Amino acid sequence: MTTEESTVQPTAGGETRNLAVRLRTIAGHRAVWPLLALAVLLIADGFVAPGFFTIRIQEGRLFGTLIDILYRAVPPALLALGMSVVIGTKGIDLSVGSVIAVVGATIAWRIHEGDPHLVILIIAIAVGLLCGAWNGFLVAVLDIQPIIATLILMVSGRGIGLMINLIYGGTNPSFESPLLQGLSVGHISLIPTRLILFAAIFLVLWLLIRRTALGLFLESVGGNAAAANHAGINTRLIKYSAYLISGFCAGWAGVILTADTHTSDPVSVALFSELDAILAVVIGGGSLAGGRIYLGMTLIGALIIQTLTTSILMSGLPPEYNLLVKAVVVLFVLLLQSNNFRNAVVSLVRRTSR
Amino acid sequence: MLGISKTFPGVRALEKVDLKLNAGEVHALLGENGAGKSTLIKIMTGALHADEGEMRLDGRPIVVNTTAETQALGISTVYQEVNLIPTLTVTKNLTLERQLRRFGLISWRGARQVARQRLKRLNLDIDVERPLGSYSVAIQQLVAIARALEENTRVLVLDEPTASLDANETELLFHIVRDLKAHGIAIVFITHFIDQVYQIADRISVLRNGRLVGEALTAELPRLKLISLMLGRELAHVETRPTTHAAVATGEPELAAEGLGRRRTMEPFDLSLRAGEVVGLAGLLGSGRTETAKLLFGAIRPDSGHLKFEGRPVAHNSPGHALHAGIAFCPEDRKAEGLFSELSVRENIILGLQTKRGWLHRLPHDEQRRLAEEMIKALDIATPDADKPVGQLSGGNQQKVVLARALGSQPKVLLLDEPTRGIDVGAHAEVVTLIRRLCEQGLALLVASSELDELVAVSDRLAVLRDRRKVAEMAGDDITRENIIHTIAGT
Repeated sequence: MTTEESTVQPTAGGETRNLAVRLRTIAGHRAVWPLLALAVLLIADGFVAPGFFTIRIQEGRLFGTLIDILYRAVPPALLALGMSVVIGTKGIDLSVGSVIAVVGATIAWRIHEGDPHLVILIIAIAVGLLCGAWNGFLVAVLDIQPIIATLILMVSGRGIGLMINLIYGGTNPSFESPLLQGLSVGHISLIPTRLILFAAIFLVLWLLIRRTALGLFLESVGGNAAAANHAGINTRLIKYSAYLISGFCAGWAGVILTADTHTSDPVSVALFSELDAILAVVIGGGSLAGGRIYLGMTLIGALIIQTLTTSILMSGLPPEYNLLVKAVVVLFVLLLQSNNFRNAVVSLVRRTSR
Repeated sequence: MLGISKTFPGVRALEKVDLKLNAGEVHALLGENGAGKSTLIKIMTGALHADEGEMRLDGRPIVVNTTAETQALGISTVYQEVNLIPTLTVTKNLTLERQLRRFGLISWRGARQVARQRLKRLNLDIDVERPLGSYSVAIQQLVAIARALEENTRVLVLDEPTASLDANETELLFHIVRDLKAHGIAIVFITHFIDQVYQIADRISVLRNGRLVGEALTAELPRLKLISLMLGRELAHVETRPTTHAAVATGEPELAAEGLGRRRTMEPFDLSLRAGEVVGLAGLLGSGRTETAKLLFGAIRPDSGHLKFEGRPVAHNSPGHALHAGIAFCPEDRKAEGLFSELSVRENIILGLQTKRGWLHRLPHDEQRRLAEEMIKALDIATPDADKPVGQLSGGNQQKVVLARALGSQPKVLLLDEPTRGIDVGAHAEVVTLIRRLCEQGLALLVASSELDELVAVSDRLAVLRDRRKVAEMAGDDITRENIIHTIAGT
């Protein structure tokens, strides 16, 4: 008996300790706080708006607020994914919104010229890549600070879009394209096509970042460029690739948004979307100091932002409050992630309870 | 300063150091990196606090807590990195701390006068309205001195004032130093240039590993003695040269430099590294050790000469090329140039091999684990697991991780720049043993080091550098401390 007891007791003690350790590990895991924030937002929505979680089938496709959030989150999430890669290299890409404008204008122009729509799709993505290549050239080859380098295209991109419109005299040209609109607003059986498209792009990116060594190289260049150079990494090429990836993502976001609105509107399409993209990366735990890329967490960050936007619209608050409410919630999410803030709260609670 | 001691976490930075400064005397404070010079100066100026010991000024004990208090007592410092603002005018730089105010506003006319007065003490007549950055480094250095000098200044500390000055500018600075000396100011002169010490200093103190190892009048301290004091000897672990050294490798060199050099960085030099041989690289700080290693690795682009790898000329102009050829490099400044402190130990270690394989051929996770575990075991890296961020490891273990990465890329030539910098004595001996073991396994090694005993212990051949020039090469039993010191001193 005694031997059994002596063997049982330590294990029991060990189990509770294990549990405590596990809890702490979970609390320390980077995914916890953003996921928690998303959950709180959704639950609050469930209380405010009855039927928030209802998903029904209507006209042969899925309908419901949750689906709507996912649907609208696709373009900003695409931008955020590209942004997370760039930020991982200690860079930033302010031009993504303007890239959408350029891509949109190009699509409308080529449709006006009567190109086959599949070719137009390829051209659109190529334009996104070209914009990324330009940014990459400025940052990686000319060594211009990323914020300035991408500011150039941010400022000029919408102007370039307007000039493309001028080529054929189109002012807010509208167009119809079964292929492009099918990708954007269509659906395959029950599921919106753009969700499938997004899943495919996400998978490609994930394979590229996590199943090749590119992710490690990107992170090492962002973490310590000098050390990466001494480790034999071609830091320029790696940085260049990050901007290409961002351009690629912005290209697809441009296709979806342009097809959705049926028009090229360089002045106002995706306005401030670069800021939401940066925010999504940061909410997902990415640091502007570079060195880490979290694709999945960035996706959650983008979902939080979109859920918030949709919630504010649904809540019936006057639209004047939208931006302010958004800012407050985002600030709260960031506070939750801040170790300093959490420690301060914990010590405050301890002091008051004593 | 009497019996000053200071301990940083894990390091005894100063051990009962005395420093006596006499009025009207230039006192040179010498020592290699990490000897404790900066710590001593920081304590003297109140930026740091001593754990033990006391400071006396004119025989009276003083207690200082801030740099402002020491300045008020008449102790001023000009730091190596000139802490002035180049975009502001000379006037603004000179009056940054206390502005003359009239009716609550800054009186720029008064400020200009103050600025001119301050410069006049150095016999410097320049346009005080021009931005500081438009003047030469020498003038900037003098402005920094002008700013540090107060009416009541008794002690002036100059931390490497001549580091970026040419001969004429140095002479100008020395002229002013002599002038200040004549005014009865005690001057502490920190430098790495031995020649300048003999030009200007009246007295020399030498620090090594936090201890004062010698103090003497300049006239009574021959160069040879000074250099051996600086380079010193770690009595605790003088390693006996392994007998295998006798069999010096004779094969074709793996890597050979012919007339390799770069202007203002390193004079052209010849150097060859053979398999199964350790080549040491000796020289004082700033003699070009790091530059030599980086030139061989392609991290510094040469502008003359060429490299041969396994007999074939190579034009590797980037570390990437060198790595693919089979050359790996461990940098001296591991925080800035070697480590990815956010990344895990595993990621840090596999990065070398991964880079060699290219981004498309990612090492499978199992293989990454195996390589990391293997290296952790082989180099005895103390880490709870391979996924810990490397920034949380101790200095010695971080050094081993950088070494593990280099070894992981399966190099034929390994270039080590200060492989034992900043690691404790135990790890030090381990690294030295490891270097010999790698050599026996057929690697060609280059070890650049400021530790003479370490070089003597590991080297089969040894190149001596002085003032960015290779001045000698010795082999086998000729490699002794005395020989190296003689060669460095040029006697």
